[in-house]
Amino acid sequence: MKLLNIVSSGYRATIEEQDDTVVWISLAMRNAGAEMDLLLQGSAVNYPVRGQSVAPVAFGGRVQRNAPDVHAQISSFLSNGSAVYAVREDLDERALDHRDLLQEVQIIGRGELPSLLKGYEQVWHW
Amino acid sequence: MNSETLTFVLMDAPFESSRTVTALRVIDESVRRGFNVNIFAYEGAVLLPFRHQQQHPNAVHGRDAAEEDHPLPREWIAAMMGAAAQNGIEFHWVNCGLCVDERGAGDAIEGVQRGTPADLWKLASASCNTLVVPTA
Repeated sequence: MKLLNIVSSGYRATIEEQDDTVVWISLAMRNAGAEMDLLLQGSAVNYPVRGQSVAPVAFGGRVQRNAPDVHAQISSFLSNGSAVYAVREDLDERALDHRDLLQEVQIIGRGELPSLLKGYEQVWHW
Repeated sequence: MNSETLTFVLMDAPFESSRTVTALRVIDESVRRGFNVNIFAYEGAVLLPFRHQQQHPNAVHGRDAAEEDHPLPREWIAAMMGAAAQNGIEFHWVNCGLCVDERGAGDAIEGVQRGTPADLWKLASASCNTLVVPTA
């Protein structure tokens, strides 16, 4: 089965979970043999932007180690032959320069989505 | 009897979002129509079948606990499990194991299984379709 996971909600619970939980479960399923690609839209199109980082959060004297690194998650997802798409209109709306994205990310217009989605047996919208 | 299987992925914690009730109604209808059903509870949704959910009185409503009859998702899930069993329908509720651990939610009602993303993949692969109901 070929699956497309659509991530629309960027940075959801990333501090508490140390990563994006949808990208995490996508990586875990792919490592278990799933044939899967990712489509980033809405605020999640920021994930492939290079140069982002998160400082560890601290409450009182408790400093939390291992801050999330969603950019590295996307890099890891791409490293095994899976595709990552980002919606052009959502990038442009946020004035994100396409040249700042991970090179392997494929930019796709909203009007091209129907033909993209046709290529998958299941599409999960998170 | 419908021999097809549907998989649902739930993500919201109980008592927080109407999406969960809507999803459970869709799941209930699926059981009524004879579909085998898999549910993979991810993140806060692992607390939906938490065994220690309790009804409470509601002074604003002027009712004691029995009169109030506060909804408990664990009872709804148990009821759907019972209905499925009575009708020979497969009903699998799988809680994401790591999500359970970080919430201390291990004490679930009878019949709830612990699983991994690999289990979700297997369940979805054997289903005619999958519906994800994510946290917003």
